Order: sequence, then structure tokens, then C-alpha cells
Amino acid sequence: MLRVEDLKKSYGNNKILKGISCEIKDGEKIVVIGPSGSGKSTFLRCLNMLETPTSGRIWMDNDELTSKSTDLTHIRQQMGMVFQHFNLFENLTIMDNITLAPVKTRKMNKLQAKENALSLLKRIGLADKADAYPSQLSGGQKQRVAIVRSLAMKPKVMLFDEPTSALDPEMVGEVLDVMTELADSGMNMVVVTHEMGFARNVASRIMFVDDGNIVEENDPESFFEHPQNDRCKEFLSKIL
Amino acid sequence: MEQVLLEFKEQFTSAFITEDRWKLYFQGLLTTIEIVLLAAILGLVIGTVICFMNLSSSKAKKCTIPHLIAVTYIDIIRGTPSVIQLLIMWFIIMKSSTNGVLVAVISFGINSGAYVAEIMRGGIQAVNKGQLEAGDSLGISRFTTIRYVILPQAFKNALPTLCNEFITLLKETAIVGYVSLSDLTRVSNQISSRTYEPFMPLIGAAAIYFVIIKMFTILFGKLERRMSQNVAC
Repeated sequence: MLRVEDLKKSYGNNKILKGISCEIKDGEKIVVIGPSGSGKSTFLRCLNMLETPTSGRIWMDNDELTSKSTDLTHIRQQMGMVFQHFNLFENLTIMDNITLAPVKTRKMNKLQAKENALSLLKRIGLADKADAYPSQLSGGQKQRVAIVRSLAMKPKVMLFDEPTSALDPEMVGEVLDVMTELADSGMNMVVVTHEMGFARNVASRIMFVDDGNIVEENDPESFFEHPQNDRCKEFLSKIL
Repeated sequence: MEQVLLEFKEQFTSAFITEDRWKLYFQGLLTTIEIVLLAAILGLVIGTVICFMNLSSSKAKKCTIPHLIAVTYIDIIRGTPSVIQLLIMWFIIMKSSTNGVLVAVISFGINSGAYVAEIMRGGIQAVNKGQLEAGDSLGISRFTTIRYVILPQAFKNALPTLCNEFITLLKETAIVGYVSLSDLTRVSNQISSRTYEPFMPLIGAAAIYFVIIKMFTILFGKLERRMSQNVAC
């Protein structure tokens, strides 16, 4: 469903990604881990073209995202993204945050969008916050709203960019629960995270990124029990 | 003591009451307000356009022609005194016009536009970059994100400074006497040269300016509070 071919990204002389190729199949839940500065966030942000790759090609199904003639907005409607800092629209209520995209892209009419938003909010237990503004929510609540805001567009794949890194430790659990539930429902996911427990339980495949390359790729069990790459071993020994 | 009071009363009478002079102040005030309101509206329109022209380059990170025009405009306007701009407008550019108010409105509108453009740029750039990224990631068009998310927040950021610019503009119109308009300042000056007693007319004009500006300040304060209730940040 997603295919990446020799993806490179550099800022000036600073090479962040040095040629990543991979394929993500339907139904997969990919967890990307790696030390900070390794390029994992940049990789994720290239997947929906928030960062324009220096070279390389990316396909979603049969559409090439990196081609100039592609209608990016249309493809992005099928890819949800959750940010480290939530990025809820500060000037809109929770309800408007969720309905803005479906209504403005004419995916749903206002009434449908509202009903859909309300049922999504019920799913995460925040229906009573529909008329609140983002600043009135806790970090964990914001992030859960951010997740359903993306889900409101009924995406085919969800990208998570360190969704729990900016949260108080107490609130990490509630966000991971929503993500786990989402994974169980069969959503395709690519998650950049430092939550090893989540990676072990939810991932169908783990990618270890170091210095702009994918240096190891495996299912969670083999990855955590028998890491092959030295850099990977070192990383795991430090955090586990 | 009695002498002082008597003299005070006399001065007050000759400054405000004799020949119904208070009407002159009132008309002067109306002229001032007419100019400042129209100029503020024009400034807001010009400022918005210039601001977008100015920001047109940041996306592609290269100099566009609208950007260059905007930067030059802001440079020239901010780099010259508004009195000179007014005189150039009156004696050179709109030489054939006899409508002083129109000339003043255009001149101050152009002047204010440069400042408004910079204020709005500040307001827009202060909006978190993540807001635009969120819009992008949801597949909303840039136009929609800017219209419904960025600009409302930018406006809220810029509002206090915009109100400040309005007050500055109001006081700056005190120079329209240069193009023979009878605004509040000029009227009080004329009356003091008639009565040979500058104290009352000048203090009176200052008091009127102060009260008017105080009223606007209170009004703007209410507006700001209402905005921050709607957009709790």
C-alpha cells in the first residue's frame, strides 16, 4: 500500500536520509524506532510529503506522491497524521476541529460530519468536550482528539510522529490505549515512537533507523530477542 | 484667589463660549474622526494586500515581484515623515483635487497601510507552524486552512497592536492643518491666535483628544476580551 524507493533528504550539506527503500503492505503496523537525530521523524514526514524529499520516489497504492502532477491534497485525505505537539486548531472547538476537514473537502455534509465526530468522541470518552477549545484539554485528551480528527477523514493509513513524547507520563497510557484499539481494528499504521512496550505488543514489523538508513527490520520478537546489528544491540541495551 | 477664578472663567468663556466657539471644536473633532476612520479602513485594506504580497515569497523561499513591491512600499513609507507624505500628496500627486479630506484620507491610508502590513505579518508569523501542517496532513487546501485557522489566530495576535496603530493614526492626523483642513488641532490653534490666550484652547483640545482616545481604548479592550473568550488560549 505504501512503497518507498531510495528516499533521500538533505538540508544543505546535512544528509538526513541516505536512501531508504521499503514497502508497507496492507494490514501492517510498522513501528519505527531509533536514536534521536537518526531521521525517523523526517522519514515519516516524507511519507505524506510534509517534507519534500531531495530525491527518491514514494507511492501510495498506484499514485506516486513524489510526482509533480499528483494532487497531493487528495492523497493526504487518505493518510492521517498525528503530531508530537498535537497541532489541534487552537481557534476552533473540538467539534469544529474534527469536522473541518470532512466538511471542507466535501467528503460529508455538516450533519453527517457532526454525527460521525460525536461517535468518534464517544469512542474515546470525550463526547462532553465537543464544545470545548483545545486549550481547555489536557495533553492526553488533546492527543486523543487529534487521533480522531484524522480518523474522521476515514484514512487508509495513519502516521504517528512520536505521539506520546510531549505527554506527562500519566497520560501516555490513555493515548497508547486508543492507538492499540485502532491497530486491533485493522488500521494500517506507521508509528515513530520510543514506547518499546507498545512496539512489542502492537507492531507487526519494527524498523530500526540509524544515521539515515534502515539498519534492521524484523518482527518484534526477533527484533527484541535477537537483534543482529551492533548499533541496534547497543540502542536496545540502553533503553531496555 | 477670587481674582484667579475670575480670570479662569473669563479665559474659558472666550475660548469656548463666545461666538459659540465650542461648535468649532466640535466640527474640528468631527473632521479628525472622519479622516481617521476612513484612513483606518483604507489602511487596513492596503495593509492586508501588502502583507499578502510580502508573504508571497516565504513559501518558495525566493524573491517574487509582489514581495519586492511590498518591501519597497513599506521601506519608503516608513522611511519618510508623514507630514512630507501629506504635503507631497496635496501639492504634487493630487494637486488638482480641492477635497482636502480626501487627500488626507488617502495619504494617511497609504501611510497606515505600511504599518498595518507589518503588524499583520507579525500576527501571521506568530501562528504556530504546526497549524498549517495539520491542515496539510488532513488534505485541506491551503486556502481553507489559512481562511479558517491561520487568519483568525493571526488577527487575534495582531489585534492589540492594530488598536495601538489606530490610536497613533488618530493623533497623527493633528498635522492635517498643513493642507488647510480645520481639524481639532488647527481649530484650537486658530482660536488661541484670535483670543491671544493659548492656554484654554490648547488644554481643551488635549483634553478632547484624551477623552476620545480613552473611549477607543475602552472599546478595544472590550473587543480584545471578547476575542480571547472565544479563542481561549
